[in-house]
Amino acid sequence: MSLLLATLLVLLVASAFWTGRNRALALAADGTSTLHSRPSYHGSWVALWCGLPALVLLVGWLALEPGLVDAMVVSALPEEVRELPSGELARVLDDARRVAAGERTAREPGPEVLEAARQLGRLRTYAGLAFAGLLLSVAVGGLTWARSRLRPDFRARIRVERAVRISLVACSVVAILTTVGIVLSLIFEAVRFFALVSPAEFLLGTEWSPQTAIRADQVGSSGAFGAIPVFLGTLLITVIAMAVAVPVGLFSAVYLSDYASPRTRAIVKPVLEILAGIPTVVYGVFAALSVAPMLREFGEGLGLDVASESALAAGAVMGIMIIPFVSSLSDDVISAVPSALREGSYGLGATKSETIRRVVLPAALPGIVGATLLAVSRAIGETMIVVMAAGLAANLTANPLEAVTTVTVQIVTLLVGDQEFDSAKTLAAFALGLVLFLATLILNVVALTVVRRYREKYD
Amino acid sequence: MTEGRADAVGIHDDEAARKRLRRRYAAERRFRAYGLGAIGIAMLALVVLLASVTRSGLPAFTQHELTLEIHYDAELLDPDGTRDPEVLGRADYAKPVRAALASLFPAVEGRRERRQLAGLVSKGAVFELRERVLAAPELVGTREPVRVPLSDEADQYLKGKIRTDLPESQRKVSDRQIAWIEDLRGRGLVHQVFNFRFLSSGDSREPELAGIWGAAVGSLLTLLVTLLLSFPVGVAAAVYLEEFAPRNRWTDLIEVNINNLAAVPSIVFGLLGLAVFLNFFGLPRSAPLVGGMVLALMTLPTVIIASRAAILSVPPSIREAALGVGASPLQVVVQHVLPLALPGILTGTIIGMARALGETAPLLMIGMVAFVVDVPDGPLAPATALPVQIFLWADSPEPAFREKTAAAIMVLLAFLIIMNLAAVLLRNRFERRW
Amino acid sequence: MTAVEPTNATKVRVGDLSVFYGEKQALFGVDLDVPANQVTALIGPSGCGKSTFLRCVNRMNDVIDGCRVTGSILLDGVDVNDRTLDVVQLRARVGMVFQKPNPFPKSVWENVAYGPRIHGIASSHAELDRIVISSLDRAGLLKEVQDRLHEPGTSLSGGQQQRLCIARAIAVSPEVILMDEPCSALDPIATATIEGLIDELREKFTIVIVTHNMQQAARVSQRTAFFHLGEIVEEGETGKIFTNPTDQRTQDYITGRFG
Repeated sequence: MSLLLATLLVLLVASAFWTGRNRALALAADGTSTLHSRPSYHGSWVALWCGLPALVLLVGWLALEPGLVDAMVVSALPEEVRELPSGELARVLDDARRVAAGERTAREPGPEVLEAARQLGRLRTYAGLAFAGLLLSVAVGGLTWARSRLRPDFRARIRVERAVRISLVACSVVAILTTVGIVLSLIFEAVRFFALVSPAEFLLGTEWSPQTAIRADQVGSSGAFGAIPVFLGTLLITVIAMAVAVPVGLFSAVYLSDYASPRTRAIVKPVLEILAGIPTVVYGVFAALSVAPMLREFGEGLGLDVASESALAAGAVMGIMIIPFVSSLSDDVISAVPSALREGSYGLGATKSETIRRVVLPAALPGIVGATLLAVSRAIGETMIVVMAAGLAANLTANPLEAVTTVTVQIVTLLVGDQEFDSAKTLAAFALGLVLFLATLILNVVALTVVRRYREKYD
Repeated sequence: MTEGRADAVGIHDDEAARKRLRRRYAAERRFRAYGLGAIGIAMLALVVLLASVTRSGLPAFTQHELTLEIHYDAELLDPDGTRDPEVLGRADYAKPVRAALASLFPAVEGRRERRQLAGLVSKGAVFELRERVLAAPELVGTREPVRVPLSDEADQYLKGKIRTDLPESQRKVSDRQIAWIEDLRGRGLVHQVFNFRFLSSGDSREPELAGIWGAAVGSLLTLLVTLLLSFPVGVAAAVYLEEFAPRNRWTDLIEVNINNLAAVPSIVFGLLGLAVFLNFFGLPRSAPLVGGMVLALMTLPTVIIASRAAILSVPPSIREAALGVGASPLQVVVQHVLPLALPGILTGTIIGMARALGETAPLLMIGMVAFVVDVPDGPLAPATALPVQIFLWADSPEPAFREKTAAAIMVLLAFLIIMNLAAVLLRNRFERRW
Repeated sequence: MTAVEPTNATKVRVGDLSVFYGEKQALFGVDLDVPANQVTALIGPSGCGKSTFLRCVNRMNDVIDGCRVTGSILLDGVDVNDRTLDVVQLRARVGMVFQKPNPFPKSVWENVAYGPRIHGIASSHAELDRIVISSLDRAGLLKEVQDRLHEPGTSLSGGQQQRLCIARAIAVSPEVILMDEPCSALDPIATATIEGLIDELREKFTIVIVTHNMQQAARVSQRTAFFHLGEIVEEGETGKIFTNPTDQRTQDYITGRFG
């Protein structure tokens, strides 16, 4: 059905182009006047009028149809079903959707489900047909109107180009809209969370156990939302990751830029890039299934008690992941240090390492700091490694051998699976997301500014 | 030095200077060693990672099958002789399997032993027999040797993954089962074959039946949506910013914004998708469409940045030449600049797509983490993606899923390598120096 | 023009020096004696090999890939390319000042202290400070920067930066100072100051200076060598080269017919 509609629409647009172009040719053919724009611009203009309004309509319909139909189905359901808790109601609708699609449901469908399914089927058919009619008539209407406007002196090129320009601007605004969308959605949900849990408790509390119990009389039914242990866990893993990534990445960059022969460079750089191209879930598997058990065994050998989801395993693997990030950024920064400074140092009889340690690295320091900040932002936001290899328990500890949890782990745990959107538990994920977004945003802005200033200095 | 020249010759060549020099060269060697060591650590990490994945993943590409003499008993499968697909589809195919097994080991008696014996063969054998009969109803009433997959426990034992030195209660395969397997192997009925099921089927609770095809199709659909959205929008935005935008606060804002978006954690995009696409617009959960939209927003900065660089590298002389013969600015861009910038744009896009293919966290947020058995048939069907499948299997307690995890990683890495090679080739083939 | 002191011993003796950058030969069997405590100027059109020659003396060419040097450069009778002579040690004895002032992004004081520090010349901070102050003084910079010793070296003016680089070089107590067009990036007033400085420094150091500017060569040097196409065309007392050259090409160059 939708495929047919799409095909029809494409055909209509194509024919709009063709008739517009032919009309323009016909107008020019009488010889009394010359066309302002070439015929294909006339065709494009008609095609735009045919396709654009229909497209807007289609997108609006796709966005609103499910909600609209659902609302109509719900309103047609019997009173007692409508007053079910929102989660129950959603399940009824979900089952009805499955029944309507001819799929099997988890539970034996009740009468209300079957009724809803019937409603749903009928509504969908009618609504679909009505919409298809509307869509096609809008397209044809646009075509006809636009075609009737064509004159030899019609400035089709100007208009088409203006339309294209507007769409170019619209596309570049998508990036802004994305940021706005992120900020708004995070703030919106976080505000709802802070209505349930005070910001002070969230930011300063030291107990985190968001698992709200199913029954009210169970222990810890209210849940505790003090996020300090989560923040500190994130910090601990980030520090471990940086302890691995910064020295290794920086020394690699120094070696590559000042010591390695061009051949070594040509081999080592791509290899490091492979390390950067490996998906994070693969690092997660590596951390959880290879490194963590190995560390545990190693710790046992030393008589240490290493948690099977230790911060050390997650942090070390995350560090490995970030090595290429640090090294390639530092390599850029170090190469940007003017060779005159190196020569000045060599000319005084400094060895290579003295030159690097005392002249090149101090000169490159701002850039290296910027690169490190970007790497920290990466580490804070990294999700899969910690989801797979770090724990869920929010321990308040600085011991890398124990399990800690992180902001991203909590976001994933709180939001994966079925959930209701009005409990503090799920909303807490958005509050954590807001903190994560702000922290990385500040780091990124500072780091990018530092790096840009640094570049300008030596350009 | 204030004493004049006479001793100055000495200060760089006396005993103390030579001693200092030796120390300095030792420091130089140490420093160099640190650098080499750092590179060594990075390389070693890569080698260990790839080696451990390959070592545990390779066995998943083979599978053990058992040849059973199956009797398609007409009494059992089609008592009325109608050969109606409806009837054949509902028939019990477990019995012929059990019967075939029993005929191999007539001595086995008792419910528990029989169940243990049946446990050697995968539950999937039943479905495969049904498919076979439905495809060829004339089989009913005949006998034929059929290769059926062994259960994951038996398969793991045959691959040497089960430690037989452990006490019987601590392993998944009992001593009796081991004896049977060895007996069957002795009779030449067990074969190790290439595991087509792994490449061609969807997920399953049974490790020996689980495959990556469903996840691969999910990834493909997701990437398709991502590409269709991020490529045109990204290129259009890049064209606007490089060719038409005035330099003012507004474009500066867009620029800063794009650079920042490129560094926003991917999970935040997942939160955006969950709040906006699922909750606000009510799009279905677990759908490749939504996954693709989220990943498109995530890849957009990459595409824009790469496209801008490619457009910028087209020399202004070409634009001036075209403008000089009366082309409109838009014609200049479409007819001259874009074709020349295309290889660079495509390279950037492929790299962006490769990153999107490996991305997991945002997909978890929008519910593409469900257990999906069916191969998705459209962008709105519930689906999962390759990296998410890896995540799910890695989390699974069954030891047999561990090799599946590694094998799925190998497949994912293979796709990534292909994409990156394509990008490199494209760059080398069309790279132009002005 | 200062009178020539013929008693001066030869500090650097270059014999049959050839330099190749990969396939390309930059110097063709050059011979030159540099007398101690004099200023020797190397002049010639651009690309004639004078900078290459200069960089051979303290082996700065080592850092360039594919550079090959044959022939001998004897510093007090010892070949600088000899395996027993360490390059670090060599560069401590043969300092260098570059075309563009290149102070390190550190304070004035740190810039000058850099060399003595890496070579471990000073045994105490007080001694290091004495070396820094006297080097700045000798470079004629002390009065100007006395109150700004801990400000970044890059905040000085171009001429001051170049004198800072000279101070940095002499702080190591070299025997020879190589200067590669040290005034080319400076204005005439700064150039005059540096020229005066060079003349004073000659008392303690042997100086080899590459210059494009023939007036400069005539003003500061006692001996001059004219390079052309990788060879030394003519070499001798500065006065004689500029007033009575024997080679036609030298004549043409100093009268401005080419170059």
